[in-house]
Amino acid sequence: MIILKDLKKRFSEDGPFITDGVNLEIPSGKMTCIIGRSGEGKSVLLKQIIGLIRPTSGQVIIDDMDITKLSDKELAKVFKKMGYVFQFAALLDSLNVLENVGLPLLEKGMALKEVEVIVRQKLALVDLSADETLHKYPSELSGGMKKRVGLARTLVTDPEIILYDEPTTGLDPITTRIIHELMASMQKKLKITSVVVSHDLEIFKYVDKVALLEDRKIQYFGDAATIWESNNPYVHQFIHGLSEGPIQTELIHSKDKF
Amino acid sequence: MVLQVAESIGKRVLALCDVFGLFFIFLCEVLIALITTRLRLRKLFEQMRFVGVDSINIILLTGAFSGAVLALQSYIGFKRFGAEEFIGPVVALSLTRELGPVLTGLMVTGRAGSAIAAEIGTMQITEQIDALKTLTINVNQYLMVPRILGSVIIMPFLTVFSMMCGIIGGYVISVYVLNLNGEQYISGIKSFLEFSDITGGLIKSSVFGLILSWVGCYKGYYTSGGAKGVGIATTQSVVTASILILISNYFLATMLFK
Repeated sequence: MIILKDLKKRFSEDGPFITDGVNLEIPSGKMTCIIGRSGEGKSVLLKQIIGLIRPTSGQVIIDDMDITKLSDKELAKVFKKMGYVFQFAALLDSLNVLENVGLPLLEKGMALKEVEVIVRQKLALVDLSADETLHKYPSELSGGMKKRVGLARTLVTDPEIILYDEPTTGLDPITTRIIHELMASMQKKLKITSVVVSHDLEIFKYVDKVALLEDRKIQYFGDAATIWESNNPYVHQFIHGLSEGPIQTELIHSKDKF
Repeated sequence: MVLQVAESIGKRVLALCDVFGLFFIFLCEVLIALITTRLRLRKLFEQMRFVGVDSINIILLTGAFSGAVLALQSYIGFKRFGAEEFIGPVVALSLTRELGPVLTGLMVTGRAGSAIAAEIGTMQITEQIDALKTLTINVNQYLMVPRILGSVIIMPFLTVFSMMCGIIGGYVISVYVLNLNGEQYISGIKSFLEFSDITGGLIKSSVFGLILSWVGCYKGYYTSGGAKGVGIATTQSVVTASILILISNYFLATMLFK
């Protein structure tokens, strides 16, 4: 289980809080989605969970260990059981698919031939043909393929927890659905704990739990299956895309001025 | 009023201390990674090729023409006193002690230092560096050590070529344009040039290699703000490294050539 306790983050002493007292309990072996408006701090929250960004205050407890207190060296051990799928895949431009996916293994000193066997398995898991993609560079891949390669790279270390940062951003509806189904099928196969940051409502079909981040806090946490019936005013406004409600955006204010 | 001015100055001084502190901590962390982790020889040779071999053409050109113009200008001055035989020693001493290392340092800063900052900066803003961290890859070992160590090792070799080309350029102008005695040019160099002049110049060039790669890596690593940020980091790395090379050149000259 991942527990977030009163998590606060701001990037400068006098700057605004990006997350301001986030409390959340993410269940193990389930897929949890964090939704919220663009720029609300979802990615910052996700990066605090994995330790890429240190919170200003609060706790991130993973398997009874507060990772905010760990040194960089100790944090590296935590990274070993976590995987992170980046919004734009973050593949290394100078490496081909084989080297990108197998990078953690190659860096451990494993022989290229052994690495290739594992990489082929992981590419098959994300429905990619190894023969076609193995020696291609990121610039030669489509957006959807990059995301899958990014996912395969995350799987190569056999993580217990996977964090997805807006995995379907910039993809067409068909590829979006394929990626969602892929995430859901892997969730079932591997029984990992997944946290997905998204503002794509289609994701509700595939996840177990939904948390809504608004006004720098978690305003709702509940089952994905019942979210459409929720009376929570934040959820109601967000999922129906209403301009009236507790969520106030700059866009709504500027519309009033016209 | 006085208090406000003092506070403002204090803040600026503290900010400056922060920048310098971070700059030196960055190098210390790279040195720790160099000592405590396995050196990636393939990556080191790649960087030595990029910084050194790929820069050889511009170094040969700048070296040759610097020697040529130095011979030409020295001739104008020395002719007044009938001391043309000193053209060879002046060209050789200037090139080995000062012009060879400094011009090589500045040219490599413009070509390779800027590329280091741009490459690492792009990796930073596209989350490739974060991806390396989540894959438990030591960023200093993987990215910084090969670049910094490679530059330190390869710069003296480049400088030797610059010195040689400069002396040859001076010879060509002296003998074929100014119609001076070629043997006198060479015997003058043999009489006045000492081994310590060459080693001093090579030590300088190693330090310049450290400066240009250190600044490039640092500026790249702390890039923020998208494509514009990469542009700013690249420009800053060239300007900062060039200034540091010129300042350190004075202090190195006072230490090495007493």
